[in-house]
Amino acid sequence: MTGNHAVAYGVRDASAEVVAAYPITPQTQIVEKLAEFVEKGEMRGRYIRVESEHSAMAACIAAEACGARSFTATSSHGLLYMSEMIFWAGLGSFPVTMAVVTRTLAPPWSIWNEHTDILSQRDAGWVIMMCESAQEAYDTAIQAFRIAEDERLVQPVMYGLDAFSVSHTAEEVDLLEKKDVEGYLPPLEPSRLRVYMDPENPGTFGNLVGPDRMMEIRHSIKEAFDRARVVIKDAVRDYEKISGRRQVGLIEEYRCSDAEVVMITTGASSGDAKDAADYLRDEGVRAGLVRLRVIRPLPREEISDAVKGAKVVAVVDRDYSFGYGGILAGELEGYIGKKMCRFVAGLGGRDLTPEDFKGIAMKALEMGEKGDVSKEIWWGLKG
Amino acid sequence: MSSVLTIKDLTEEEFTLPGNAACPGCAAALSLRIALKVLGPKTIMIVPASCISVIQGYYPKTPCRVPVLNVAFASTAAAGSGAVAALELKGKSGVKVLCWAGDGGTADIGLQALSGAAERNENMIYVCYDNEAYMNTGTQRSGATPRAAFTTTTVTGKLERKKSVPEIMIAHRIPYVATACAAFPLDFASKLKRAESMPVRGLKYIHLLSPCPPGWRFPAEKTVEVGKLAVMTGMWILYEWYDGGYNLTGPSKALLEKSRRRPLKDYLSIQGRFGHLKEEDLESLQRDVDEHWEEFSKKLGIRA
Ligand SMILES: Cc1ncc(C[n+]2csc(CCOP(=O)(O)OP(=O)(O)O)c2C)c(N)n1
Ligand code: SF4
Ligand SMILES: [Mg+2]
Repeated sequence: MTGNHAVAYGVRDASAEVVAAYPITPQTQIVEKLAEFVEKGEMRGRYIRVESEHSAMAACIAAEACGARSFTATSSHGLLYMSEMIFWAGLGSFPVTMAVVTRTLAPPWSIWNEHTDILSQRDAGWVIMMCESAQEAYDTAIQAFRIAEDERLVQPVMYGLDAFSVSHTAEEVDLLEKKDVEGYLPPLEPSRLRVYMDPENPGTFGNLVGPDRMMEIRHSIKEAFDRARVVIKDAVRDYEKISGRRQVGLIEEYRCSDAEVVMITTGASSGDAKDAADYLRDEGVRAGLVRLRVIRPLPREEISDAVKGAKVVAVVDRDYSFGYGGILAGELEGYIGKKMCRFVAGLGGRDLTPEDFKGIAMKALEMGEKGDVSKEIWWGLKG
Repeated sequence: MSSVLTIKDLTEEEFTLPGNAACPGCAAALSLRIALKVLGPKTIMIVPASCISVIQGYYPKTPCRVPVLNVAFASTAAAGSGAVAALELKGKSGVKVLCWAGDGGTADIGLQALSGAAERNENMIYVCYDNEAYMNTGTQRSGATPRAAFTTTTVTGKLERKKSVPEIMIAHRIPYVATACAAFPLDFASKLKRAESMPVRGLKYIHLLSPCPPGWRFPAEKTVEVGKLAVMTGMWILYEWYDGGYNLTGPSKALLEKSRRRPLKDYLSIQGRFGHLKEEDLESLQRDVDEHWEEFSKKLGIRA
C-alpha cells in the first residue's frame, strides 16, 4: 500500500474517534480512505467533512477537549491555512495527531516535495516526526497517538511524509493485530487531558492570562517537552515488542560509528543517502548517515554523539529560510561540535538520487579538508 | 409552537456569577445569564475572541459555572462541530453545545466555519450576540454594523448596509433561525427553549441584538431603552423561521403597519454613533426601515 493508505490504516487501527479533514494534494488519499473506513463501519469514529483546514484543526481541538481521540491530515497550503489552530492545539496541550504530506509552498504552484511547510510550524508546541517509508508511516500513525496522549507529555504530534516518494509509493506494509494495538494504546482517559469539558466539573479553558502567569504556563509545556525524548523512546520500545520489528527512535544512525563524513537528512531521501553511503564505502570512502526521525524535540545530543568520530558533517536541507539558510543546518550549527557543511537540495521536488548524495558527501569531505565550510551550497542549481 | 416563557419559568440558579468583567449596562453579559438559565448546567460553551473573552475575567478565575472552551476568532462553529461529534461518540448526547460569538466572529471572520457547520447541520445552538461592531478591539466596523453608524474605521458613518446573517442561515435550511433582542429577555429565552427542545437534530441559530453602551455611545442605564427602541421603531425585527416559514414574535407582531412603529429618529437620536446624522440621513434610514418591512411582510404567512 501507499504511504497515504498506510497512515489511514494506522489511524484506523489506533481507533481514532474523530477525524476532521479537508482535501489537498498529495494528502487526499489519507482522508478519503478514512471516510471510507467510517462509512463502511470499519471504524467507529466520526468523520467531519469540514469546509477548511482551519476548521479541521478547530474541530479536532474541541473533540479532544470532549475526550475523543482526534486526527487530521493536510499538506503545504492547508497546513499554513491551519496554522493559527496548530498553535492553539500546541499551546493548549490538546493531544491531536496529524499527518503532513510535505509539499512545496506556492507561488508558483507546485505539488512536489519540500519540507519548508512542516518546518514552518516548528514553534507551535508539537512533537514533529518524519517518516522514511510507508511502513514507518503506518507505525508512526499509531505511535503518534501513544506519544501525544502519554501523561508525561500530553501535546500534539505531527508527522511528515514526503510528497509522492512516501505518500504515493506503494510498498508492502505489515499491519498489526487489533488486540496488540489495544494493549499498546489504551483508550484516552479524560483524567489524562489537560483540558476536559465536563459539565460535572466545569472549568473555563483559555480565558485571559496576565503577564504574571503566562511564563509559568509556557514553562509547563517546556517541561513536558523535556520529558518528550523519554516518552518517544518508551513508545518506540514498546512498539518493537508488539510489532516484532526494529524501530528507529529519535535518530537513525547508518554506518556512522567509523564514518569520516556523515550526512544528516530527514524523510524519504534518507534511503538514497544510505545507498550513497554504501557506494562510497565500496569506493573506499567511509561515509555514514544520521536520519532525523524526530525534529521536535530536536535530538541534538543524540546527533552530536552519533557524529563524534567524523571529520566533517553535511546537513542536507530540503527546506529554506530566507536570510537564514537551511533550517536544520541552522538549528544544529553550534551543537554538533564538528565542521558542518550546509547543503540545500531537492527544493520544489527536484529529484535527489544516490549520485547526488555521493556528490554531497564528497564535496563535504573536500571542503572539510580545505578547512573552509562556510559556504552554503545549493546542490544541483542550474546556471 | 409559540409558547412564551415567563419570568417564573427561569430558574433562580445562576450560571454566570457576579464579578464578571463586562462594562456596566452590557447587554451581551445580561443575555448570557439568561441563556444559561434556559439551557442549564449540562451545556458546554464555545466562545471565540470577542468581548466575551474579556467578560470571563482573568485566569484562573471564571464567572462561568458551565465548561467554557475559548477558541480562535474564526473557529467557533468548527469547534462546536468537533465537540458535538465527540459528545455523540461518547454517548453524551444530553450535553448541549452552545456557541456564543460576536457579530464579527459570526458575520465576518467566522462566517465560513458557520456556513460549513450549518450546511452539515451540526446539532448545536449558535447565538450571535450582535453589538454591531468589533467592540473588543475598540469599535471597528463589522459586516453587521448598520449603515451610517460611526465606528473608528467609519468615522464619517458606514456606507454599506448591515449584512443579514439570519437570512444567510435561512438559506442553509437549518431547522431553526430566530432573531432576538437583549431588551426582550423572555422572547430570547423562549426562542432558546424552542431551539433546545426541538426534536429535530441540527443547527439552531439565534441572532441577538445586544446594545453596547460604550460602542453605541449611550449611557449605561439606557441599554434596555435602546434595545426596546430598536424593536419598536422597526429597525430590528423579531422573528422566527422554521418549517420553511416566518413568524413575527413579541412586539414586532404589532408593527406590520407602519403607523404602529415609532419614528426611527427616536432610536437613532439617543445614540452617539448616529450623532453626526443630518435630517436627510435620518429620512433615508427611515426609508430603509420601511422598505425592509415591506419586503419582509411578503415573506410572512408562508409556511410549508
Ligand atoms: C485572527 C484574529 N484576528 C483578529 C483578532 C483581534 N480581535 C479580537 S476580538 C475582535 C473583535 C471581535 O468582534 P465581535 O466578534 O463583534 O465581538 P465583540 O468584541 O464585539 O463582542 C478582533 C478583531 C483576533 N483575535 N484573531
Ligand atoms: S464593549 Fe459593549 S459588548 Fe463589550 S463588554 Fe462592553 S458593553 Fe459589553
Ligand atoms: Mg461585536
